[in-house]
Amino acid sequence: MINPLFLQLVVGILIGVGAGYLGSFMILKRMSLVGDVISHVALPGIAIAIIFGINPFFGAFTALFLAIVGIWFLERRTELPSETLVGIFFALSLALGILITPEPELLEALFGDITKIGSVDALITITAIILIFFTMFRIYRELTLSVVSKQLAQSMGINVSKINFIFLFMVAIIVALGLKVTGVFLMGALVIVPAAAAKNISIGLSRFTKLAALFGGISALGGILFANYFNLHPGPIVVLASGVVFILTLLFRK
Amino acid sequence: MVQVIIYLDQIFNLMANQETILTVENLGVKFDNNEILRGLNFFVQKGDVLAIVGPNGAGKSVLFRALLGLVPYSGSIRWSPKLKVSYVPQKFNIDKDLPLSVGEFLGFKEKNTGKIINALKSVGITDEHHIQHHILKERMGWLSGGQIQRILIAWSILDNPDVLLFDEPTAGIDVGGEETIYNLLKKLKDERGFTVILISHDLNIVYKYANNVICINKEMVCYGEPSAVLDPASLAKLYGGEASFYKHEHTHHD
Repeated sequence: MINPLFLQLVVGILIGVGAGYLGSFMILKRMSLVGDVISHVALPGIAIAIIFGINPFFGAFTALFLAIVGIWFLERRTELPSETLVGIFFALSLALGILITPEPELLEALFGDITKIGSVDALITITAIILIFFTMFRIYRELTLSVVSKQLAQSMGINVSKINFIFLFMVAIIVALGLKVTGVFLMGALVIVPAAAAKNISIGLSRFTKLAALFGGISALGGILFANYFNLHPGPIVVLASGVVFILTLLFRK
Repeated sequence: MVQVIIYLDQIFNLMANQETILTVENLGVKFDNNEILRGLNFFVQKGDVLAIVGPNGAGKSVLFRALLGLVPYSGSIRWSPKLKVSYVPQKFNIDKDLPLSVGEFLGFKEKNTGKIINALKSVGITDEHHIQHHILKERMGWLSGGQIQRILIAWSILDNPDVLLFDEPTAGIDVGGEETIYNLLKKLKDERGFTVILISHDLNIVYKYANNVICINKEMVCYGEPSAVLDPASLAKLYGGEASFYKHEHTHHD
């Protein structure tokens, strides 16, 4: 039997690292708002999965996948994602989700509970994180160039639309994974806050993305240990920890 | 009639031993039944500087995208084989907020630092110590408009292109800086012998630097040597009533 705290730390840190890293590209793509609220979409998916007795991860992932397809279409149609539309749609999903999620599961869905994870969750997490980093190392050049100039990227033979889709797909995976850690309300924050902190103290892309991953990992580590010691709910503490990192970076802002 | 002139010109050029590298015949572009360009005929010879002028929304940038094969078109575009074409679009999302250093941006096209330094020297940033310790480490968005334009020119010559397509080389630069950028482009062209096709809104620049000009407003309004074809009549036709551009007038339009 693996030590439960050790398991929580492994899963939590991996998710923090992945969320921070992907978050840096969300910020690069000027999708902070979308990143912040995308997790809200998962709730109706979780509710439907619970009602039909399926693993909530798959319900959440399906809902997130549909949401990223929607964002992707908006991106294709316009130069920038129409943030108002996304904001409204995501808030409505949350309202609907709260309404249809069975009462006993609602709290865990909303705020997550990493203390309930098992070794299967750990395996899924490890596999998914490897997939995410493997994919991102292959597409980060194309992704960044298409942010700098879509026209320039296209003239270099980059399929901007495909790259954007792959990236959003990775975001859907990390958010679905992270629901266990922070829940529907706060997973978006774990994507955006460490990356926003990293941006405060970075000039270039390399340092920005690495620090974002590091800050995500540190927030998870610190948050889970602190919550465990004081017997608090880990999800909000992890997000608060990332907030502390953000405030510290403000002091050294470039 | 235009066709005949093109063929006659080509025969003449064969006699003069000049190489035609691009022939465009009856080019048309439509987006959703909306006609953007219609019946364009022109050709480009090695070493030419061809300027494309026209009012906003005339289809100049779309013409570039068609030349690069990025949008569907009717008619024919024939580049001579094995040409290396470098393209600098007008639209760049480089703002103060974008965590991307000059070195990282140029590194997306060329890994070899020596080649990057040479390209930067070619665009007038000559101090190697300054390049390595300051320019390459600087955030793109912190540079001035003129400096960004130099970096973009450096980017475009990194892979020794045969043809340079430049959409508004002086967008976002003050009037004084424009001369500098065009002088730089001319110097590079003379040194490296590439062909330049550029979009410009500034007719004074066209008179000074281009040996051929195409005026378009959906269709071709004039085509030939700037001093011969940019007469008040065709300018009036090109820009509607406000024929305020005149050869010796130093009007500036954005």
